[in-house]
Amino acid sequence: MADKNIVDKIWKFFTSVKLAVVIIAVIALSSMIGTVIEQDSSPEKNLKLFTKIFGPANAQTVYKSAVALGLTDMYHSWWFTSILICFSANLIICSIDKLPHIKRIVDEPLKPIDAKDFDNYGIKKELSVDGSIEDAKTLVLAAIKKLGMTPNASDNSGPNTIQFYAHKGRRTRYAVYVIHFSIIIILIGAVIGNTLGFSGYLILPEGETSAVAYSRQSEKEHPLGFSIRCDDFSTSFYGLSDMPKDYASWLSVIEDGKTVLKKTIGVNSPLKYKGYTFYQSSYGVVPQKNTRSLIILNVTPKGGKTEQISLGVGESFKIPGTKFSGRLIAFTPALAFDKNERPYSYTENMNNPAVYIELTSEDNDKYSGWLVKRYPQTWDLPDGSKVELVDNWGYQYTGLQVRKDPGVLLVYAGCLFMTIGLYCAFFLSHKKIWVLLQSEKTKVNIKIAAFANKNKTGYEGVINSVFNRLTH
Amino acid sequence: MGSPMLFGIAEVGYFVAMMVYIGYFMFKNKSVGITATALAAGAFLSQTAALILRWVESYGMGIGRAPLTNLYESLIFFVWCLMLGYLIIEFKYKNRTFGAFVTPLAGLALGFIDLTGISKEIEPLVPALQSNWLLAHVTMSFIAYAAFALAFATGMLYLVLSTEKRSESSYIFWTVAGSVFFIVLAAMGADYIKFKVIGTSQELIKGFLFKATFRNESGFIALLSFVAAFALMFFVWRYGYVLKRMVQTFNITLDFLEDLNYKVIAVGFPIFTLGGLIFGAIWADQAWGVYWSWDPKETWSLISWLVYAFYLHARFLRGWRGNKIAVLSSIGFITVIFTYLGVNLFLSGLHSYGEA
Repeated sequence: MADKNIVDKIWKFFTSVKLAVVIIAVIALSSMIGTVIEQDSSPEKNLKLFTKIFGPANAQTVYKSAVALGLTDMYHSWWFTSILICFSANLIICSIDKLPHIKRIVDEPLKPIDAKDFDNYGIKKELSVDGSIEDAKTLVLAAIKKLGMTPNASDNSGPNTIQFYAHKGRRTRYAVYVIHFSIIIILIGAVIGNTLGFSGYLILPEGETSAVAYSRQSEKEHPLGFSIRCDDFSTSFYGLSDMPKDYASWLSVIEDGKTVLKKTIGVNSPLKYKGYTFYQSSYGVVPQKNTRSLIILNVTPKGGKTEQISLGVGESFKIPGTKFSGRLIAFTPALAFDKNERPYSYTENMNNPAVYIELTSEDNDKYSGWLVKRYPQTWDLPDGSKVELVDNWGYQYTGLQVRKDPGVLLVYAGCLFMTIGLYCAFFLSHKKIWVLLQSEKTKVNIKIAAFANKNKTGYEGVINSVFNRLTH
Repeated sequence: MGSPMLFGIAEVGYFVAMMVYIGYFMFKNKSVGITATALAAGAFLSQTAALILRWVESYGMGIGRAPLTNLYESLIFFVWCLMLGYLIIEFKYKNRTFGAFVTPLAGLALGFIDLTGISKEIEPLVPALQSNWLLAHVTMSFIAYAAFALAFATGMLYLVLSTEKRSESSYIFWTVAGSVFFIVLAAMGADYIKFKVIGTSQELIKGFLFKATFRNESGFIALLSFVAAFALMFFVWRYGYVLKRMVQTFNITLDFLEDLNYKVIAVGFPIFTLGGLIFGAIWADQAWGVYWSWDPKETWSLISWLVYAFYLHARFLRGWRGNKIAVLSSIGFITVIFTYLGVNLFLSGLHSYGEA
């Protein structure tokens, strides 16, 4: 028996609304701390913050104790997790504890009420219609149907009296529990995602292939079971500005030596394959020594056909059908000129890529200049031919966020349940109505009593508009 | 006529409407009240036209996006939702008293734009914001914020009306919260005058917030600011009952205020949950690959959500009514303000688009 008492006590402890209130307050307050102390960031940042608040003398000590308490990675700390577990236990047990009571209310059959009780309801109305009680019955039945309810009749109070009663939406009383349940589902989804899922990243230079990703926590290799190749990466800009419009990576999925899927991903449009999702998250420049980079040019001799060629810096090409040959002297990712008209690169990123080419004719005429990707007017050469800088390849890498989250479907399902629950809880209600008809000579007196567990004024308005029509 | 001009008309309109509403509040003259409503409605129409025009203009610039993507546009949209909600309530309940409490919130938000010096330019969208979720997430969040602002106004009005004794905690709450509101605004006004009108600081408000007053280089002025702030707080606390007498002349019942307070929260809470939290999570999942990352904005939204969840449970399960519930709804809105502005101004994170 002693065991049962302990279980009872624990049960009782978790059913208390007070506990819920305390837990909600603790979650809210500790979350606030977590937004002030930067999470998962470098020690310097938080040391700077502590120096500001507690002075340089105490900053180190405060920082050490904050780390010990898990405040620098609070949302994953053991105590925050424990609070969330308590929160779930509280939510589940409170709901289970309340459910039988709610079920009783929901299942309770609606009964006719005494004639004298009609005045005791929050919503009440009286009117009379001309004609027999049979005429009035038809009208009232139609009116109740118009309210979306199926009327029941009770006529045991006499020949000239009849009462109709109906209700609807009694199950909306469960809506709150649907919301609670949905929170639990979301939390379960989160736990599954955290324990069985994988969160990592992959840095992939243009042209390279990888069969692994790297874990965010441990930096360890994580085999994907297939390979992923970055065919190309590019940034597009708004007009001629440096404001990025989109980042795009052209990815190929390779399995057993075959390309099984090709997709261009961008921010907001990831690639999904075999449970893994690849998100565009960063990009950068590959150190030049390690790769063979190519410049892609479209060469069009005057009046001739366009030919695409790709070559490295320092290599030469011929403009077909002419006496010119060209050589790529230099490449810059972001061409600009300083005040002495000297070229320099204003950023490492490919904001304004340009190549410097030197053209030499068979007669040893020389021409040299910049071809700039953004400015087509730089592509025209003096002899009327055209060399377009199409792309540069092998210069950049794409940074992918790699995730496998088997819990995410549950989270989405939870969100769906929550939406349904919220709608039912806030916009629907359990509505009841009783209508008493008493015939008196050539007319019938109608008394109405009604109840709604939410939005009484709205319900009253609907009843008024439906029943006022009966008198016309 | 361009959208900046229409926004200007709306801004001036709201400020004048605010003063006329306060005038109506004090003198109870019916034609003053009608003027206030006409001004507010006119400013609202002008703002509506401006929003549409700004949308159209963005297409003209080859950017083409809804005017909802930076701090400036979101503040404008917040004011629009707030005034729409207010005008609906005024029309439905035939009561203008709230005007004197709601229009200052609108004025505050619009004034804040100039105070902070945030950019009003139509700028193109960074890649992360180019999503269909943007419209749903931002619109619904701000409709909810506006609903919470209305709940705040009714909650404060409730406290003004229901409290009398200076030792009462609810009385202290509304006088202190009300004066802090005013003090922060006044201090930011001082910053604005010192650094933008007299000086020509290119910095955003982050750089000089409260530097004209509480964080002044001169210790004396800083001290003086604190003394003045406390003096004001004391004054409001001492003479708060005067406001009560004024409100009393309008015959608003406490039940009505309490009911309205709940009603706007009952609209705001589900919209906030769906549009703010759920849509936000789905979008984050698609853009960043994490539906929840404890980023400050997310965390503060959750805190606000918890406060309102607390409100609902206290009301329905514990039967809380009256002052306690009014205080809760006011605290809820304070966390909303922090979610919306504080996080952008003071904390860093994924949602820092709104910064400038």
